[in-house]
Amino acid sequence: MSSSKPDFRTPLSRARGLGSAHHGAAEWLSAGLMSAALIPLTLWLVFAVLRLAQLDYYGAVEWIRGPVNVSLMVLTVLIAFAHMHHGMRVVIEDYVHERLGKLGALALSLFVSGLAGALTIFSILKVALASA
Amino acid sequence: MAASIATRVTGVGLYLGALILAAWALCLAAGPEAYGTFKLVMGSPLGKFVLLGMSVSFFYHLASGVRHMIWDLGYGMKIQQANALSVASFAFAIAATVAVWVIAAMIGAL
Repeated sequence: MSSSKPDFRTPLSRARGLGSAHHGAAEWLSAGLMSAALIPLTLWLVFAVLRLAQLDYYGAVEWIRGPVNVSLMVLTVLIAFAHMHHGMRVVIEDYVHERLGKLGALALSLFVSGLAGALTIFSILKVALASA
Repeated sequence: MAASIATRVTGVGLYLGALILAAWALCLAAGPEAYGTFKLVMGSPLGKFVLLGMSVSFFYHLASGVRHMIWDLGYGMKIQQANALSVASFAFAIAATVAVWVIAAMIGAL
């Protein structure tokens, strides 16, 4: 069915595999939705940090056991780390042009944000779900 | 131009800042001693300085993100409007940071 779609690429760019990959719009929309979701979530995080700064360890444990707090915290971390990886990818793709360097930087960013995100969420859930 | 690159710079800064959040969660899961150390480090002058930088970065990145959404919706594309939005982003970042740190001082969170 691809022949019915308008194709703005020149025969040469098509031969080289360049041009639109046709999933730009969906990617743009999902990035926008993640950013929009982070507006209320990160503003909540500011208040959470202010609250946590007043609390000691036992207060913090009590705080993260609240269903609203743990839900919002996990959601914030999940979306924030995905947003971070997306943003870092755009920065790397714009500034690192050497093929192996770009691949390595992208892999490192995915590794760091993926591992840090997983550790953060697992740690939060461990404390929140532990029997008091 | 400066407003645009600042969005990326603060974004990369916040990427590192998110690792502080990861450290918070790990220390919380590790127990009272590790958590006490975390609070001590973040409460030190250097820790507070880093958090101050994160505050400015966060509020600037937030304002700039909203600015980009306004553009994505098709508004504020004239040069004067775009410049005004950039200035407003910087002003919001400073104002919000001052407000949050004043609140933190008032409630004894510092």
